[in-house]
Amino acid sequence: MSQTPAFWQGFRAALPHVLVIIPFGAVFGVVATEAGLNLAQVMGFSVMVIAGAAQFVAVQMMLENAPVLIVLTAALAVNLRMAMYSASLAPHLGPISWWKRAFVSYFMVDQAYAVSILKYDQTPAMTPGQKMAFYMGVVTPLAPLWYLATWGGAVLGTAIPVGLPIDFAVPITFLALIVPMLRTLAHVTAAMVSILGVLVFAFLPYNTGLLVAAVLAMMAGAEVERRMGARA
Amino acid sequence: MSFTDAQIWIIIFGLGLGSYALRLSFLGIIGNRELPEWVLRHLRYTAVAVMPGMITPLILFPQATGGTLDPVRLGAAVATLAISFWTKNATLTIFGGAAVLFGLHFTIG
Repeated sequence: MSQTPAFWQGFRAALPHVLVIIPFGAVFGVVATEAGLNLAQVMGFSVMVIAGAAQFVAVQMMLENAPVLIVLTAALAVNLRMAMYSASLAPHLGPISWWKRAFVSYFMVDQAYAVSILKYDQTPAMTPGQKMAFYMGVVTPLAPLWYLATWGGAVLGTAIPVGLPIDFAVPITFLALIVPMLRTLAHVTAAMVSILGVLVFAFLPYNTGLLVAAVLAMMAGAEVERRMGARA
Repeated sequence: MSFTDAQIWIIIFGLGLGSYALRLSFLGIIGNRELPEWVLRHLRYTAVAVMPGMITPLILFPQATGGTLDPVRLGAAVATLAISFWTKNATLTIFGGAAVLFGLHFTIG
């Protein structure tokens, strides 16, 4: 496999996720516009932040007139998981040049990370260059549609039918990503600890319960792997 | 909301730059350096440690229903899980899950 086929494999693997990017981006455009942001500001969020969950948290807290520093803290806390993704991608994309890593980092979003890491785990023979090409293939349809959907939502506004359960596009696409990852007892254990942890630590502010749950889940997965002696 | 234009742009740039710093963090610093095996062993579970926890509250306490358990969303989640285990195909799973979601929404929803 050279780099061009890897790019198109990534492109194809990303296509089902277009189904969530479009409604999610459009809803952000509608919500942010109704909150009082102008078109440039709404687009500023989707282009500069390019992280749906954090954008929604920021707009929600702005609606509540929270202080600027609190808005920033709460929304950045939601994005702390990106540092975990960054560490997780480092063994795969570390060998490529620094500026390419700096470029790909901008496109680190949940769907792109999950689609790519699943592929890397399933295809250990990929070279770092192929892994980079695959990642860029994944984000090629996703990022422009995120901007476009945000713009559509901001401009068309309430022309989008309300009452439809499109909020649930996110859990559905994430489930489709998670299940294929549950390959070993260690992976299943980590997922279970993640679910239980987030419920137990739900009382922590700014979504930090998810981070506590994630760290515990990573430790649980690693410990099960160590005991089973699986994977060298 | 009662923010000046300058404050809104401070939030947008601050959140954009902060998010980018988080994304670049380890990928930018570690580069080609070899990580110890115990670190790699933990990192292998990052995705299954973060993503299930992210969607659990969305499934059990959806904001759209005021945080109460909703048979439409719960049914769609169970169906999506089943289709995924059964087909192992992301496209079929996503379209199947969406079909069940809207099917339930227009019948029992």
